[in-house]
Amino acid sequence: MSLILDHVNYIYGEDTALAVHALKDVNLVIPDGQFIGLIGHTGSGKSTLVQHLNGLIKPTDGAIYFNGEDIHDADYDKKKLRSKVGLVFQYPEHQLFEADVFSDVCFGPKNLGLSRKEVELHAYAALKQVGLEDEYFYQSPFDLSGGQKRRVAIAGVLAMKPDILILDEPTAGLDPKGRDEILDQISKLHRETGITVILVSHSMEDVAKYVERIIVMNEGSILYDGTPKEVFRHYQELEQVGLAAPQVTYIMRALKAKGLPVNTDITTIAEARDEILRKMKG
Amino acid sequence: MGIIKTEKLVFEYIRRDEEGNVEGITRAVDEVDLDVKQGDFIAILGHNGSGKSTLAKHINAILYPTEGTVWVDGMDTSEYKNLWDVRQSAGMVFQNPDNQIIGQVVEEDVGFGPENMGVPTKEIWERVEESLKAVGMYEYRKHSPNKLSGGQKQRVSIAGVIAMHPKCIILDEPTAMLDPNGRKEVIRAVRALNAAEGITVVLITHYMEEIIHADRVFVMDKGKIAMEGTPREIFSQVERLKELRLDVPQVTLLAHELQKGGLKIPDGMLTTDELVEALLQGA
Repeated sequence: MSLILDHVNYIYGEDTALAVHALKDVNLVIPDGQFIGLIGHTGSGKSTLVQHLNGLIKPTDGAIYFNGEDIHDADYDKKKLRSKVGLVFQYPEHQLFEADVFSDVCFGPKNLGLSRKEVELHAYAALKQVGLEDEYFYQSPFDLSGGQKRRVAIAGVLAMKPDILILDEPTAGLDPKGRDEILDQISKLHRETGITVILVSHSMEDVAKYVERIIVMNEGSILYDGTPKEVFRHYQELEQVGLAAPQVTYIMRALKAKGLPVNTDITTIAEARDEILRKMKG
Repeated sequence: MGIIKTEKLVFEYIRRDEEGNVEGITRAVDEVDLDVKQGDFIAILGHNGSGKSTLAKHINAILYPTEGTVWVDGMDTSEYKNLWDVRQSAGMVFQNPDNQIIGQVVEEDVGFGPENMGVPTKEIWERVEESLKAVGMYEYRKHSPNKLSGGQKQRVSIAGVIAMHPKCIILDEPTAMLDPNGRKEVIRAVRALNAAEGITVVLITHYMEEIIHADRVFVMDKGKIAMEGTPREIFSQVERLKELRLDVPQVTLLAHELQKGGLKIPDGMLTTDELVEALLQGA
């Protein structure tokens, strides 16, 4: 069970004067159950890549295999693919449309042709997974707060029971607490159900805190692919492509440069605290 | 009186049901008193729904007070005769750069504001040039805005505002949709405008690191100003900020955690250098 990209290339406006080579020979294996962060500056190819994963865009060249089958084979069931690879777009709350929260979340599974009972069970489970309390189920989604709306939109995708959940900047525009709540919930979902999660993010701090593997895109190619520690070791190269390491990594580097012998392979506050306390208290 | 002053400012939204009957009233801004000096850099923090954007929209007369008064450069914003002068004195930049750019070419977009004000053509070009230089986008003046990055587009939006020669500029989450580099570019441009041109800045943001250089910080909650002070005073109160659904920069949080772990570090550390200094002294 996995998603494989084999020499994928994508060119926007091929055979025109405005052709843009947005993905260049991308090879990627996404095994089951990973929590992956996808980072890169605006225009680096993240969104184009993500849209390939559930077949919204067909590669100009190369192939994509989901559980061993080529998703662009003539007889491949794309509809099923899209229920298995759930994509949550940026500002997904703009896509809410139903009169109440519960109906909105039912929309996806209903379109998969499930029985009414199954649809409702799926929707209920999804709303629980995103941590929305029952009292909101029959309210208009438009009366909810920004963070709640976004959770309803994520539940709408989860209700299709995907194997892979892709979130394109799920915390954009949320306040710090709302941001932590959404990411904690996604992290819990990942731990409890083993769902594969791909998080597209501009926050190095969030990525460092939550994911186990980071994929860095630059100019349509994969620049780095590794654990947060491995990737953020290249902080100078990351800065050159418009990214950075988490602030805490810079603190550790500054301490070391000033003569305090701390480990600089640190990407989260908790790690930094433990390391500094260990060194300072001897 | 400062460049921006509000006195007992109240704003109420009337909620209506589908038939148009009044369902209730939401008080989005509740008796806010604010006084901003010319040339200050102030920041407004607050969780989603705390009333900060509603407050900001009063400063350039997009919204009018339900009760109380707002003065911009001494002008009462609720008087119709002041409308255009208020909007020229206080320019606004929003979250999404794609909703604010209308020109086909960068310099044309920046010239749109002064052109509408009836500025003579020669002066429009001078203003376009100085505004684009002020935000570091002059080399891109002949480019199409569509081909720019988010941070570049947002800087063009800012140039479009300063070409109208406002005395203050209000930025409502200008970096929410940008990547780390774009965020840095925009904040650098805004700080330069404030320092070099003396333009008063009101910055609304959810990114705590962006406001460590502000002169004053206001934290909003339920339409009221819940906290007010310098960044150091505000960020010293880590637990209180968390109650208000906010956060502190990673440096400040790490310093706070180390204090709890028994190290002697002053409250409200704001920069990497400060924290490193404090730790080395204790070592």
